[in-house]
Amino acid sequence: MTLHFRSIEEVGTERIRRLLDLTEHMAAVGRRPNPKVPALRGKTVCNLFFEDSTRTRMSFDLAAKRLSADTMTLAVSSSSVNKGESLRDTVETLDAMGVDAFVVRHRTSGVPWQVASWTPAAVVNAGDGWHAHPTQALLDAYTIRHRRGLTNDFGGLKVAIVGDIRHSRVARSTTEILQLLGAEVIHVAPRTLLPPTSDVVTTTHLDDVVGEVDVLYMLRMQRERMGAGIVPDGGEYSRRFALDERRAAALRSDALLMHPGPMNRGVEMMVDPTELQQSTILDQVTNGIAARMAVLFDLLGSGGIEE
Amino acid sequence: MTHRKQVLGPEDVRRAVTRMAHEIIERNRGVDDVVLLGMQRGGVWLAQLLGSEIARIASAVPIGTIDVTLHRDDIGMRPVTPGTSSDVPTEIQESTVVLVDDVLYTGRTVRAALDAVSDFGRPRAIQLAVLIDRGHRELPIRPDFIGKNLPTSSEEEVEVTPDGVTIIEGDDKA
Repeated sequence: MTLHFRSIEEVGTERIRRLLDLTEHMAAVGRRPNPKVPALRGKTVCNLFFEDSTRTRMSFDLAAKRLSADTMTLAVSSSSVNKGESLRDTVETLDAMGVDAFVVRHRTSGVPWQVASWTPAAVVNAGDGWHAHPTQALLDAYTIRHRRGLTNDFGGLKVAIVGDIRHSRVARSTTEILQLLGAEVIHVAPRTLLPPTSDVVTTTHLDDVVGEVDVLYMLRMQRERMGAGIVPDGGEYSRRFALDERRAAALRSDALLMHPGPMNRGVEMMVDPTELQQSTILDQVTNGIAARMAVLFDLLGSGGIEE
Repeated sequence: MTHRKQVLGPEDVRRAVTRMAHEIIERNRGVDDVVLLGMQRGGVWLAQLLGSEIARIASAVPIGTIDVTLHRDDIGMRPVTPGTSSDVPTEIQESTVVLVDDVLYTGRTVRAALDAVSDFGRPRAIQLAVLIDRGHRELPIRPDFIGKNLPTSSEEEVEVTPDGVTIIEGDDKA
Protein backbone atom coordinates (compact mmCIF):
# COMPACT_ATOMS: atom_id res chain seq x y z
CA MET A 1 0.00 0.00 0.00
CA THR A 2 1.31 3.44 -0.86
CA LEU A 3 2.07 5.66 2.09
CA HIS A 4 0.76 9.26 1.97
CA PHE A 5 1.02 12.42 4.06
CA ARG A 6 -2.40 14.04 3.87
CA SER A 7 -3.53 14.94 7.38
CA ILE A 8 -2.14 14.75 10.91
CA GLU A 9 -5.05 12.57 11.98
CA GLU A 10 -4.35 10.06 9.22
CA VAL A 11 -0.61 9.98 9.89
CA GLY A 12 -0.98 9.28 13.61
CA THR A 13 1.13 9.83 16.70
CA GLU A 14 3.82 7.25 16.15
CA ARG A 15 4.73 8.37 12.64
CA ILE A 16 4.55 12.05 13.66
CA ARG A 17 7.12 11.43 16.40
CA ARG A 18 9.35 9.64 13.92
CA LEU A 19 8.96 12.50 11.42
CA LEU A 20 9.95 15.05 14.10
CA ASP A 21 13.16 13.08 14.71
CA LEU A 22 13.73 12.86 10.97
CA THR A 23 13.17 16.64 10.68
CA GLU A 24 15.90 17.16 13.28
CA HIS A 25 18.17 14.99 11.14
CA MET A 26 17.33 16.99 8.00
CA ALA A 27 17.86 20.30 9.80
CA ALA A 28 21.38 19.11 10.67
CA VAL A 29 21.94 18.30 6.99
CA GLY A 30 20.84 21.85 6.15
CA ARG A 31 23.53 23.32 8.41
CA ARG A 32 26.36 21.45 6.69
CA PRO A 33 28.73 23.12 4.22
CA ASN A 34 27.03 21.07 1.50
CA PRO A 35 23.33 20.83 2.38
CA LYS A 36 22.49 18.47 -0.48
CA VAL A 37 22.39 14.69 -0.13
CA PRO A 38 21.93 11.99 -2.78
CA ALA A 39 19.12 10.22 -0.93
CA LEU A 40 16.32 10.51 -3.50
CA ARG A 41 18.33 10.33 -6.72
CA GLY A 42 16.14 9.10 -9.56
CA LYS A 43 12.87 9.99 -7.82
CA THR A 44 10.52 12.56 -9.32
CA VAL A 45 8.42 14.93 -7.24
CA CYS A 46 5.62 16.84 -8.97
CA ASN A 47 4.27 20.00 -7.35
CA LEU A 48 0.61 20.47 -8.30
CA PHE A 49 -0.43 23.91 -7.12
CA PHE A 50 -3.98 24.89 -8.00
CA GLU A 51 -3.88 27.78 -5.55
CA ASP A 52 -1.43 30.64 -5.09
CA SER A 53 1.53 29.95 -2.88
CA THR A 54 5.03 31.28 -2.55
CA ARG A 55 6.64 29.80 0.51
CA THR A 56 5.04 26.36 0.49
CA ARG A 57 5.74 25.73 -3.20
CA MET A 58 9.32 27.03 -3.02
CA SER A 59 9.91 25.14 0.20
CA PHE A 60 8.75 21.80 -1.26
CA ASP A 61 10.77 22.44 -4.41
CA LEU A 62 13.94 23.15 -2.43
CA ALA A 63 13.30 20.21 -0.07
CA ALA A 64 13.06 17.80 -3.02
CA LYS A 65 16.19 19.29 -4.60
CA ARG A 66 18.17 19.03 -1.34
CA LEU A 67 17.39 15.31 -1.46
CA SER A 68 18.50 15.13 -5.13
CA ALA A 69 15.02 14.32 -6.44
CA ASP A 70 13.94 15.76 -9.79
CA THR A 71 11.10 18.25 -9.53
CA MET A 72 8.33 19.38 -11.82
CA THR A 73 6.05 22.23 -10.91
CA LEU A 74 2.63 22.80 -12.37
CA ALA A 75 1.42 26.32 -11.81
CA VAL A 76 -2.18 26.49 -12.83
CA SER A 77 -1.89 29.88 -14.48
CA SER A 78 0.28 28.39 -17.25
CA SER A 79 -1.25 24.92 -17.61
CA SER A 80 -3.87 23.12 -19.65
CA VAL A 81 -6.20 23.39 -16.67
CA ASN A 82 -7.05 26.74 -18.21
CA LYS A 83 -8.08 24.92 -21.39
CA GLY A 84 -10.63 22.98 -19.39
CA GLU A 85 -8.64 19.83 -18.67
CA SER A 86 -10.10 18.04 -15.68
CA LEU A 87 -8.11 17.49 -12.52
CA ARG A 88 -8.19 13.76 -13.12
CA ASP A 89 -6.85 14.06 -16.69
CA THR A 90 -4.10 16.38 -15.47
CA VAL A 91 -3.03 13.93 -12.77
CA GLU A 92 -3.16 10.92 -15.07
CA THR A 93 -1.17 12.74 -17.75
CA LEU A 94 1.57 13.72 -15.33
CA ASP A 95 1.49 10.27 -13.77
CA ALA A 96 2.20 8.75 -17.19
CA MET A 97 5.44 10.73 -17.25
CA GLY A 98 6.60 8.82 -14.18
CA VAL A 99 5.99 10.63 -10.90
CA ASP A 100 6.87 9.17 -7.49
CA ALA A 101 5.16 11.81 -5.37
CA PHE A 102 2.55 14.48 -5.99
CA VAL A 103 2.55 17.54 -3.73
CA VAL A 104 -0.97 18.91 -3.98
CA ARG A 105 -2.48 22.25 -3.04
CA HIS A 106 -6.10 22.93 -3.91
CA ARG A 107 -8.84 25.28 -2.70
CA THR A 108 -11.19 22.30 -2.23
CA SER A 109 -11.00 20.06 0.82
CA GLY A 110 -10.33 16.40 0.09
CA VAL A 111 -8.55 16.80 -3.26
CA PRO A 112 -5.37 14.98 -2.05
CA TRP A 113 -7.50 11.89 -1.36
CA GLN A 114 -9.05 12.10 -4.84
CA VAL A 115 -5.62 12.47 -6.43
CA ALA A 116 -4.39 9.39 -4.54
CA SER A 117 -7.21 7.35 -6.05
CA TRP A 118 -5.99 8.18 -9.57
CA THR A 119 -2.28 7.47 -9.20
CA PRO A 120 -0.07 4.88 -7.53
CA ALA A 121 2.29 7.71 -6.48
CA ALA A 122 2.57 9.00 -2.92
CA VAL A 123 0.50 12.13 -2.22
CA VAL A 124 1.50 14.99 0.07
CA ASN A 125 -1.13 17.51 1.10
CA ALA A 126 0.26 21.04 0.75
CA GLY A 127 -3.05 22.59 1.83
CA ASP A 128 -6.60 21.61 0.87
CA GLY A 129 -9.37 24.15 1.33
CA TRP A 130 -10.20 24.81 4.99
CA HIS A 131 -9.28 21.24 5.83
CA ALA A 132 -5.60 20.50 6.44
CA HIS A 133 -2.03 21.73 6.01
CA PRO A 134 -0.05 18.96 7.70
CA THR A 135 3.48 19.96 6.64
CA GLN A 136 2.87 23.39 8.21
CA ALA A 137 1.83 21.59 11.38
CA LEU A 138 4.96 19.45 11.33
CA LEU A 139 7.26 22.44 10.88
CA ASP A 140 5.41 24.33 13.64
CA ALA A 141 5.76 21.43 16.05
CA TYR A 142 9.44 21.03 15.16
CA THR A 143 10.05 24.77 15.62
CA ILE A 144 8.53 24.64 19.12
CA ARG A 145 10.44 21.47 20.00
CA HIS A 146 13.71 22.97 18.80
CA ARG A 147 13.34 26.46 20.31
CA ARG A 148 12.07 25.21 23.67
CA GLY A 149 14.48 22.26 23.81
CA LEU A 150 11.65 19.76 24.20
CA THR A 151 11.45 16.09 23.38
CA ASN A 152 8.42 14.74 21.56
CA ASP A 153 6.33 15.25 24.69
CA PHE A 154 4.72 18.72 24.82
CA GLY A 155 2.95 18.09 28.14
CA GLY A 156 2.46 21.33 30.11
CA LEU A 157 2.94 23.57 27.07
CA LYS A 158 0.19 26.18 26.63
CA VAL A 159 -0.46 27.45 23.10
CA ALA A 160 -2.92 30.17 22.04
CA ILE A 161 -3.91 30.24 18.36
CA VAL A 162 -5.39 33.61 17.41
CA GLY A 163 -7.46 34.65 14.43
CA ASP A 164 -9.67 33.11 11.79
CA ILE A 165 -9.78 29.61 13.29
CA ARG A 166 -12.89 28.65 11.38
CA HIS A 167 -11.48 29.06 7.86
CA SER A 168 -7.90 28.10 8.66
CA ARG A 169 -6.41 24.77 7.63
CA VAL A 170 -3.27 25.83 9.49
CA ALA A 171 -5.21 26.20 12.74
CA ARG A 172 -6.83 22.80 12.25
CA SER A 173 -3.64 20.84 11.49
CA THR A 174 -1.43 22.66 13.97
CA THR A 175 -4.02 22.22 16.73
CA GLU A 176 -4.18 18.49 15.94
CA ILE A 177 -0.42 17.94 16.04
CA LEU A 178 0.04 19.97 19.25
CA GLN A 179 -2.76 18.14 21.05
CA LEU A 180 -1.39 14.83 19.83
CA LEU A 181 1.97 15.71 21.40
CA GLY A 182 0.27 16.63 24.67
CA ALA A 183 0.13 20.44 24.53
CA GLU A 184 -2.83 22.49 25.76
CA VAL A 185 -4.34 24.54 22.90
CA ILE A 186 -6.64 27.57 23.28
CA HIS A 187 -8.41 29.18 20.34
CA VAL A 188 -8.78 32.97 20.48
CA ALA A 189 -11.16 34.59 17.97
CA PRO A 190 -14.41 36.50 17.51
CA ARG A 191 -17.35 34.11 17.89
CA THR A 192 -18.04 34.32 14.14
CA LEU A 193 -14.57 32.99 13.35
CA LEU A 194 -14.70 29.99 15.67
CA PRO A 195 -15.81 26.61 14.32
CA PRO A 196 -19.44 25.72 15.18
CA THR A 197 -18.39 22.72 17.23
CA SER A 198 -15.00 22.06 18.75
CA ASP A 199 -13.44 20.30 21.69
CA VAL A 200 -10.84 23.05 22.03
CA VAL A 201 -11.04 25.65 24.82
CA THR A 202 -11.99 29.01 23.30
CA THR A 203 -11.99 32.64 24.38
CA THR A 204 -12.80 35.95 22.73
CA HIS A 205 -10.37 37.89 24.95
CA LEU A 206 -6.77 37.84 23.76
CA ASP A 207 -5.72 40.00 26.71
CA ASP A 208 -6.72 37.23 29.13
CA VAL A 209 -4.14 34.78 27.74
CA VAL A 210 -1.38 36.80 26.06
CA GLY A 211 0.74 37.13 29.20
CA GLU A 212 0.62 33.51 30.28
CA VAL A 213 1.04 31.36 27.15
CA ASP A 214 4.21 29.55 26.08
CA VAL A 215 3.36 30.03 22.41
CA LEU A 216 1.32 32.79 20.78
CA TYR A 217 0.37 31.64 17.29
CA MET A 218 -1.06 34.45 15.14
CA LEU A 219 -3.03 33.46 12.03
CA ARG A 220 -3.33 35.55 8.91
CA MET A 221 -6.57 37.51 8.86
CA GLN A 222 -7.75 37.54 5.28
CA ARG A 223 -8.84 41.01 4.29
CA GLU A 224 -11.58 39.59 2.05
CA ARG A 225 -13.37 38.32 5.16
CA MET A 226 -13.44 41.79 6.65
CA GLY A 227 -16.78 43.53 6.56
CA ALA A 228 -18.54 40.51 5.00
CA GLY A 229 -20.78 40.38 8.04
CA ILE A 230 -18.19 38.34 9.91
CA VAL A 231 -16.08 40.94 11.65
CA PRO A 232 -17.24 44.53 12.00
CA ASP A 233 -14.21 46.11 10.32
CA GLY A 234 -10.43 45.89 10.24
CA GLY A 235 -9.86 48.48 12.91
CA GLU A 236 -12.14 46.74 15.38
CA TYR A 237 -10.55 43.35 14.65
CA SER A 238 -7.06 44.74 15.17
CA ARG A 239 -8.02 46.47 18.43
CA ARG A 240 -9.16 43.18 19.92
CA PHE A 241 -7.10 40.45 18.23
CA ALA A 242 -3.90 41.94 16.77
CA LEU A 243 -0.49 41.84 18.36
CA ASP A 244 0.20 45.47 19.21
CA GLU A 245 2.93 47.12 21.29
CA ARG A 246 1.06 46.64 24.55
CA ARG A 247 0.40 42.94 24.01
CA ALA A 248 3.92 42.32 22.72
CA ALA A 249 5.24 43.79 25.96
CA ALA A 250 2.97 41.45 27.93
CA LEU A 251 4.46 38.32 26.28
CA ARG A 252 6.65 36.24 28.53
CA SER A 253 10.32 36.54 27.67
CA ASP A 254 10.57 32.78 27.05
CA ALA A 255 7.36 32.65 24.99
CA LEU A 256 7.40 32.02 21.25
CA LEU A 257 5.63 34.22 18.71
CA MET A 258 4.65 32.24 15.63
CA HIS A 259 2.94 33.06 12.33
CA PRO A 260 2.55 30.79 9.29
CA GLY A 261 2.88 33.66 6.81
CA PRO A 262 2.11 35.53 4.73
CA MET A 263 1.70 38.21 7.35
CA ASN A 264 -0.78 41.07 7.09
CA ARG A 265 1.07 43.93 8.69
CA GLY A 266 -1.38 46.40 10.16
CA VAL A 267 -4.14 43.78 10.48
CA GLU A 268 -3.13 40.98 12.86
CA MET A 269 0.43 42.26 13.29
CA MET A 270 0.73 45.86 14.46
CA VAL A 271 4.35 45.49 15.56
CA ASP A 272 7.43 44.46 13.62
CA PRO A 273 7.97 40.86 14.77
CA THR A 274 11.59 40.84 13.58
CA GLU A 275 12.32 43.17 16.51
CA LEU A 276 10.91 40.70 19.04
CA GLN A 277 13.31 38.06 20.36
CA GLN A 278 10.30 35.76 20.87
CA SER A 279 9.57 35.65 17.12
CA THR A 280 10.15 32.33 15.34
CA ILE A 281 8.68 33.47 12.03
CA LEU A 282 11.86 33.12 9.99
CA ASP A 283 12.85 29.93 11.85
CA GLN A 284 9.53 28.49 10.70
CA VAL A 285 10.46 29.20 7.08
CA THR A 286 13.89 27.60 7.49
CA ASN A 287 12.50 24.60 9.37
CA GLY A 288 9.85 24.15 6.68
CA ILE A 289 12.49 22.85 4.30
CA ALA A 290 13.72 20.27 6.82
CA ALA A 291 10.16 19.18 7.67
CA ARG A 292 9.30 18.70 3.99
CA MET A 293 12.56 16.82 3.39
CA ALA A 294 11.56 14.53 6.24
CA VAL A 295 8.12 13.92 4.73
CA LEU A 296 9.45 13.25 1.23
CA PHE A 297 12.21 10.98 2.51
CA ASP A 298 9.75 9.10 4.70
CA LEU A 299 7.48 8.46 1.72
CA LEU A 300 10.05 7.76 -0.99
CA GLY A 301 13.14 6.68 0.91
CA SER A 302 11.72 3.69 2.69
CA GLY A 303 10.20 2.12 -0.40
CA GLY A 304 6.79 2.44 1.24
CA ILE A 305 7.80 -0.16 3.81
CA GLU A 306 6.49 0.63 7.26
CA GLU A 307 8.90 0.04 10.07
CA MET B 1 17.80 -22.84 17.52
CA THR B 2 20.48 -20.24 18.04
CA HIS B 3 24.07 -20.56 18.90
CA ARG B 4 26.20 -17.79 20.41
CA LYS B 5 29.94 -17.98 20.50
CA GLN B 6 32.03 -15.26 22.14
CA VAL B 7 35.24 -14.80 20.16
CA LEU B 8 36.66 -11.76 22.00
CA GLY B 9 36.21 -10.80 25.64
CA PRO B 10 36.32 -7.26 27.11
CA GLU B 11 40.09 -7.48 27.70
CA ASP B 12 40.66 -8.61 24.10
CA VAL B 13 38.65 -5.63 22.82
CA ARG B 14 40.66 -3.24 24.98
CA ARG B 15 43.98 -4.69 23.84
CA ALA B 16 42.94 -4.59 20.17
CA VAL B 17 41.88 -0.95 20.51
CA THR B 18 45.18 -0.05 22.20
CA ARG B 19 47.12 -1.67 19.36
CA MET B 20 45.02 0.12 16.75
CA ALA B 21 45.65 3.44 18.52
CA HIS B 22 49.42 2.80 18.31
CA GLU B 23 49.11 1.91 14.61
CA ILE B 24 47.16 5.07 13.83
CA ILE B 25 49.81 7.20 15.56
CA GLU B 26 52.63 5.34 13.83
CA ARG B 27 51.11 5.47 10.34
CA ASN B 28 50.40 9.20 10.57
CA ARG B 29 53.70 10.06 12.35
CA GLY B 30 51.79 11.56 15.23
CA VAL B 31 48.20 12.74 15.34
CA ASP B 32 48.49 16.47 14.62
CA ASP B 33 45.97 16.48 11.76
CA VAL B 34 44.02 13.34 12.65
CA VAL B 35 40.24 13.47 13.14
CA LEU B 36 38.30 10.37 14.25
CA LEU B 37 34.78 9.95 12.87
CA GLY B 38 32.70 7.14 14.36
CA MET B 39 30.17 5.68 11.96
CA GLN B 40 26.61 5.74 13.33
CA ARG B 41 25.75 3.78 15.27
CA GLY B 42 28.19 0.94 15.99
CA GLY B 43 31.35 2.97 15.38
CA VAL B 44 30.57 5.78 17.79
CA TRP B 45 31.63 4.16 21.08
CA LEU B 46 34.63 2.63 19.35
CA ALA B 47 35.79 6.06 18.12
CA GLN B 48 35.46 7.36 21.69
CA LEU B 49 37.51 4.46 23.02
CA LEU B 50 40.15 4.80 20.30
CA GLY B 51 40.23 8.54 20.97
CA SER B 52 40.90 8.11 24.66
CA GLU B 53 43.67 5.58 23.95
CA ILE B 54 45.28 7.96 21.43
CA ALA B 55 45.02 10.80 23.97
CA ARG B 56 46.69 8.61 26.60
CA ILE B 57 49.57 7.59 24.31
CA ALA B 58 50.08 10.78 22.27
CA SER B 59 47.66 13.72 22.44
CA ALA B 60 43.92 14.37 22.15
CA VAL B 61 42.31 14.35 18.71
CA PRO B 62 38.90 15.69 17.62
CA ILE B 63 36.21 12.98 17.65
CA GLY B 64 32.96 13.21 15.70
CA THR B 65 30.28 11.03 14.17
CA ILE B 66 29.12 10.42 10.63
CA ASP B 67 25.66 9.22 9.64
CA VAL B 68 25.20 7.63 6.23
CA THR B 69 21.40 7.18 6.12
CA LEU B 70 20.98 9.67 3.27
CA HIS B 71 23.96 8.42 1.27
CA ARG B 72 23.19 4.70 1.12
CA ASP B 73 22.76 2.85 -2.18
CA ASP B 74 19.84 0.77 -0.88
CA ILE B 75 17.45 3.67 -0.23
CA GLY B 76 13.95 2.56 -1.15
CA MET B 77 14.83 -1.06 -0.42
CA ARG B 78 14.56 -1.08 3.35
CA PRO B 79 12.86 0.84 6.15
CA VAL B 80 14.39 4.13 7.17
CA THR B 81 15.83 4.57 10.62
CA PRO B 82 16.11 8.25 11.47
CA GLY B 83 17.42 9.78 14.63
CA THR B 84 21.18 9.77 14.37
CA SER B 85 23.12 12.56 12.78
CA SER B 86 26.55 13.58 11.66
CA ASP B 87 28.57 15.71 14.01
CA VAL B 88 31.87 16.81 12.56
CA PRO B 89 33.44 18.94 15.29
CA THR B 90 36.21 20.52 13.28
CA GLU B 91 37.26 21.63 9.82
CA ILE B 92 38.35 18.48 7.96
CA GLN B 93 39.86 20.23 4.96
CA GLU B 94 43.52 19.08 4.74
CA SER B 95 43.21 16.78 7.75
CA THR B 96 43.43 13.00 7.93
CA VAL B 97 40.05 11.51 8.68
CA VAL B 98 40.00 8.07 10.29
CA LEU B 99 36.58 6.46 9.79
CA VAL B 100 35.82 4.09 12.65
CA ASP B 101 33.31 1.25 12.57
CA ASP B 102 32.72 -1.87 14.61
CA VAL B 103 32.29 -4.39 11.79
CA LEU B 104 33.39 -4.27 8.15
CA TYR B 105 31.21 -6.51 6.00
CA THR B 106 30.04 -5.71 2.43
CA GLY B 107 31.73 -2.29 2.40
CA ARG B 108 28.56 -0.50 1.30
CA THR B 109 28.25 1.53 4.50
CA VAL B 110 31.88 2.65 4.11
CA ARG B 111 31.23 3.69 0.51
CA ALA B 112 28.29 5.79 1.70
CA ALA B 113 30.46 7.23 4.48
CA LEU B 114 33.12 8.31 1.95
CA ASP B 115 30.43 10.34 0.17
CA ALA B 116 29.08 11.72 3.43
CA VAL B 117 32.55 12.84 4.57
CA SER B 118 33.24 14.61 1.29
CA ASP B 119 30.16 16.80 1.91
CA PHE B 120 32.05 18.32 4.83
CA GLY B 121 35.21 19.10 2.89
CA ARG B 122 38.19 17.51 1.20
CA PRO B 123 40.43 15.74 3.69
CA ARG B 124 44.03 15.09 2.70
CA ALA B 125 43.41 11.40 3.34
CA ILE B 126 40.68 9.12 4.63
CA GLN B 127 41.65 5.94 6.50
CA LEU B 128 39.47 3.16 7.82
CA ALA B 129 39.67 1.51 11.24
CA VAL B 130 37.44 -1.45 12.11
CA LEU B 131 37.39 -3.71 15.13
CA ILE B 132 36.19 -6.73 13.13
CA ASP B 133 36.74 -7.51 9.46
CA ARG B 134 34.37 -10.36 8.69
CA GLY B 135 34.96 -10.58 4.93
CA HIS B 136 32.27 -10.85 2.20
CA ARG B 137 33.21 -7.55 0.54
CA GLU B 138 31.00 -6.41 -2.35
CA LEU B 139 33.04 -3.30 -3.15
CA PRO B 140 36.78 -2.61 -3.55
CA ILE B 141 37.26 -1.33 0.01
CA ARG B 142 39.96 -2.37 2.46
CA PRO B 143 40.60 -1.30 6.06
CA ASP B 144 43.85 0.37 7.17
CA PHE B 145 43.58 -0.69 10.81
CA ILE B 146 41.98 -3.97 11.90
CA GLY B 147 41.27 -5.22 15.41
CA LYS B 148 40.66 -8.79 14.33
CA ASN B 149 40.02 -10.71 11.12
CA LEU B 150 37.03 -12.93 11.73
CA PRO B 151 36.06 -15.35 8.97
CA THR B 152 32.27 -15.77 9.10
CA SER B 153 29.50 -17.15 6.96
CA SER B 154 26.91 -14.68 5.68
CA GLU B 155 24.30 -16.68 7.64
CA GLU B 156 25.86 -15.46 10.88
CA GLU B 157 25.57 -12.15 12.73
CA VAL B 158 28.45 -10.49 14.51
CA GLU B 159 27.58 -8.59 17.68
CA VAL B 160 30.13 -6.10 18.94
CA THR B 161 30.05 -4.22 22.25
CA PRO B 162 32.78 -2.92 24.58
CA ASP B 163 32.21 -6.17 26.50
CA GLY B 164 33.21 -8.40 23.64
CA VAL B 165 32.53 -9.82 20.21
CA THR B 166 30.01 -12.62 19.70
CA ILE B 167 29.09 -14.67 16.65
CA ILE B 168 25.38 -15.52 16.49
CA GLU B 169 24.00 -18.19 14.21
CA GLY B 170 20.42 -19.38 13.83
CA ASP B 171 16.98 -17.73 13.95
CA ASP B 172 17.82 -15.39 16.80
CA LYS B 173 19.77 -13.01 14.56
CA ALA B 174 19.13 -9.35 15.26
